[in-house]
Amino acid sequence: MEAGKENKLIVSVSPHIKSSESVDKIMWTVTATLLPTFVMGVYYFGPKAVIVTLLCIIGSLLSEYFVQKLAGKDISLKDGSAVLTGLLLGMNMPSTLPFYIPLLSSFVAVAITKQLFGGLGYNVFNPALMGRAFALITWPRAMTTWAQPIANFTGMDAKTTATPLGILKEQGLDKLLEVFGSKMHLYSELLLGHRAGSLGETSVIAILIGAAFLLLRGYITLRIPAAFLASVAAGAWVFGGKQGIFTGDPLVHVLSGGLMLGAFYMATDYVTCPTTKKGQMLFGAGCGLLTILIRLKAGYPEGVMFSILIMNCFTPLIDRGFRTEVFGAKKKA
Amino acid sequence: MSFTTFPLGGIHPPERKELASAVSIEVMPQPQRVVIPLSQHIGAPCKASVEVGQEVKAGEVIGTPEGFVSAPVHASITGKVTAFTSVLMPIGRMVQAVVVERAANRPDEAWQPAEDDKDYLKRSPDELKGRIKAAGIVGMGGATFPTHVKISPPKEKPIDAVIINGAECEPYLTADHRVMLEYPESVIEGLKILMAILGVTKGYVGIESNKPDAITKMLEAAKGSNIEVRTLQIKYPQGAEKMLIKSILSREVPAGGLPMDVGVVVQNVGTANAVYEACRYGKPLIERVVSVTGGGIKSPKNLKVKVGTPVSQLIETCGGLKPTAGKIISGGPMMGFAFYDLNTPVIKGTSGIVVLEQKDATGSDKFYNCIRCGRCVDACPMGLMPLMLSLFSEKGHYADAKDYHLFDCFECGSCTYVCPAKRPIVQQIKLAKTQVKP
Ligand code: SF4
Ligand code: SF4
Repeated sequence: MEAGKENKLIVSVSPHIKSSESVDKIMWTVTATLLPTFVMGVYYFGPKAVIVTLLCIIGSLLSEYFVQKLAGKDISLKDGSAVLTGLLLGMNMPSTLPFYIPLLSSFVAVAITKQLFGGLGYNVFNPALMGRAFALITWPRAMTTWAQPIANFTGMDAKTTATPLGILKEQGLDKLLEVFGSKMHLYSELLLGHRAGSLGETSVIAILIGAAFLLLRGYITLRIPAAFLASVAAGAWVFGGKQGIFTGDPLVHVLSGGLMLGAFYMATDYVTCPTTKKGQMLFGAGCGLLTILIRLKAGYPEGVMFSILIMNCFTPLIDRGFRTEVFGAKKKA
Repeated sequence: MSFTTFPLGGIHPPERKELASAVSIEVMPQPQRVVIPLSQHIGAPCKASVEVGQEVKAGEVIGTPEGFVSAPVHASITGKVTAFTSVLMPIGRMVQAVVVERAANRPDEAWQPAEDDKDYLKRSPDELKGRIKAAGIVGMGGATFPTHVKISPPKEKPIDAVIINGAECEPYLTADHRVMLEYPESVIEGLKILMAILGVTKGYVGIESNKPDAITKMLEAAKGSNIEVRTLQIKYPQGAEKMLIKSILSREVPAGGLPMDVGVVVQNVGTANAVYEACRYGKPLIERVVSVTGGGIKSPKNLKVKVGTPVSQLIETCGGLKPTAGKIISGGPMMGFAFYDLNTPVIKGTSGIVVLEQKDATGSDKFYNCIRCGRCVDACPMGLMPLMLSLFSEKGHYADAKDYHLFDCFECGSCTYVCPAKRPIVQQIKLAKTQVKP
C-alpha cells in the first residue's frame, strides 16, 4: 500500500499537532473584552460615543482594505486586527469630535503606522496610539474638549469640562477634591468612570473586567501592566506631593486618565512590546516613569500615550539587549 | 500534591493517552516477511554478514557493527534471506535492509533463551556491557543511540546517577506506560544492571503523574532497593533528557553538553527492559512494544512486534484505518516523523505509530507574520527566542540565528505548537541548522 496515493496521507514535518490559538481568535477575543469599556463609554457619553467609535472602526477597515488592495496583498480584514485598532482608537477619543477626525486618525493608525511599515507584526508603533497622537497634535483644541459625563441620554450637548488630571495639573489636588467632594468620592467616581475623559478611559472597573479575562486566558501577562502601574504609583508617591517627597497621592494617578486602558490594552500590544520577561518588565517600568514625568513636569496633563509610543521605539533595542537566559548557559558570577 | 518539573517553558497539549493506555500488550503473530534495516541506530551502519539464500535463525546476527558507535542487527524471525533492498525511513533517509522470509508451511520458530543466568548482577561490568552490546541494544525512546556506548563514559566524567525515563510525555504514546505496568520487575532489574555497570548507588525512575497505576507498580518493584520512583508534573517535553535531569535532580546540563557532564545517564523504559532480557537470557533486541494509536485507527493497541514488520501489518492488526485518517506518524505527534510509505518496517526506535485524523493533523502551508506575541519564548524549555530563529531563517540570516543559540534547540516543537500565527518555526530552525556550522 503506497501512502499518498490511496489515502492521501499528509506528510509534513513535526510537530504534527498545534494549539487552537490563532491570530484571528486573539484579535477578536481582545476586541470582545473591550465591550464593557465601550458600553460604559456609551452610558456616560451617549450616542455620540457610538458614532465616534464606529467612525474609527470604519476608517480602519477602509484604510486596511485600500492599502492592501493597492499593494496587491491579500485582504486581511477578517483577522480582526483592523477592527481592534479602530475600537482602541475610538476608546482613546473624546465624544465631542467632528466626523473627520476619527476617520483621518484611523487612516494614520492603520494605513501609515501599520501597513506602510509592513503590515501586522512589523509596525514599530502602536497604531491606535499613533492615530491618537496625530489627532492630538493636529487638532489640539478638539482633542481636549471633554464632555461632562451624563449617565443619561437627554443632555447630549451637555457642557464641556476638564478631566480630573487636567484639574490636578492646572489647579492642584485640593481643587480636585473640592470638585468631587471628598477623597473617597473621588476614588469611587474614578473607579466607576463618572468623570470626563476619553470614551474608554472612564471606568476603571470596566477595563479591569476585560483585562481579567485576558489575564485568565493567558492572552496577556501581568508583567507589563504591573510594572507600569507600580512605577506610576511609586513616582506619584515620591514626587507628586506638594509637601516635598513621599507625600504624593499614588491612587489618584493610578486611577485617572488613560493609565488603566494604556497599561492593560495598549502597552501590552504584542507587536510593539518586547517578547522576553525581563524586557517586558523593563518596558512597563519605562512607560510608567515616562508617564509620571510627563504628568508632573511636562506641558500635558496626561502622558500615557506619549510614554508608550516612546517606549515602542526602544522595543527592538530591549529585545536585543535583554534576551532570555539559555538553559545550561554558564551562570555569570 | 505538587510534583517536581523543569522550570523553563513547556506546554500541555491534549494527552489522548486514554485511547490505548488501558489496552494490554498483545503479542503480534510473527510476520511472513521482515525487512530489517542495517542502520537502526545513530552512528555507522552495519555491514551485512549474511548472503541471499542463507538460512537464518531468529536472534542470529545478520549485520555486524562498523566502528565504535554502532550496534549489531539480528534476524527477528527464522527463515531465509531472500534479498537485499533499500527502504525509505520516515526520517527521509534511504537505508540498506535485509529481507528475511519464512517458508509458508513452516511453523513459527520463535527465539528461545539458550541460558538463564540468574546471577546476572554478580557479573563484571565488562561482561554485562558485552552482553548489552551483543544484543544490539539502542535507545528505544526514539533516539537510538547505542546503549553500550552511552554506559561507557570517559573516566573524567564520573557518573553518580542513572535515571530511567518513564515520562512518556509525547501525546498518545502508551508503550512505556504498558511496559512499566506489565513488566515492572524487568525494568527495575534493568536499572539495577545499569547501576552496577556504572558503579552507581542511586537510581531514579521519572514518571508523569498521569500514569498512577504504573507508578504504583514501579514503587512495588523498587521496594527495598536504592531506586527512587519519582512522580513528575505533567508537562511536555519532560521526557527530553535535559528536562528530565532538571526535573529529578535539579541539575542543568550545560548548553551543548551531555547528561554525563552532570554525572547522569538516562535510559528509556523499553531500553531498561531490553537490558534485563539481554543480561539474563542473552536475548537480542529483535522485538519491541509499539503503541498503535490515534483517532484515525479503528482499535488502538499496544503490540509486541518483531523488528522489521511492515507498519501496514500493524495497522491491519489494529482493525485498519478509519476513513477520517489523515496522517500517520512514526513516534509521537510532537517530534515524530510522518510516514511516506506504510511498507516501512518497525525498527528498534519505533515507539509508536500514531494515526491522526485529518481534522487534527496540521499540514497547512499558510502562515501569518509573527505578531511577536511571545508565546514561543514562554514555551521554549531551552530558554531560546524561537521567533528570532524563525525570522532569521526565513530571511536567510543564518549566522544571526546561530547567535541566538540555534544549536541549543532540540526541535521539541513546543514553540510551533503554541504559535498563533502558525509559523513553521521548527522547520525553519531545521533548515537554518543545515546552513551554518555549529
Ligand atoms: S508564537 Fe509565533 S507569533 Fe508569537 S512571537 Fe512566537 S513566532 Fe511570533
Ligand atoms: S523547538 Fe527548539 S526553539 Fe522551539 S521550543 Fe523546542 S527547543 Fe525551543
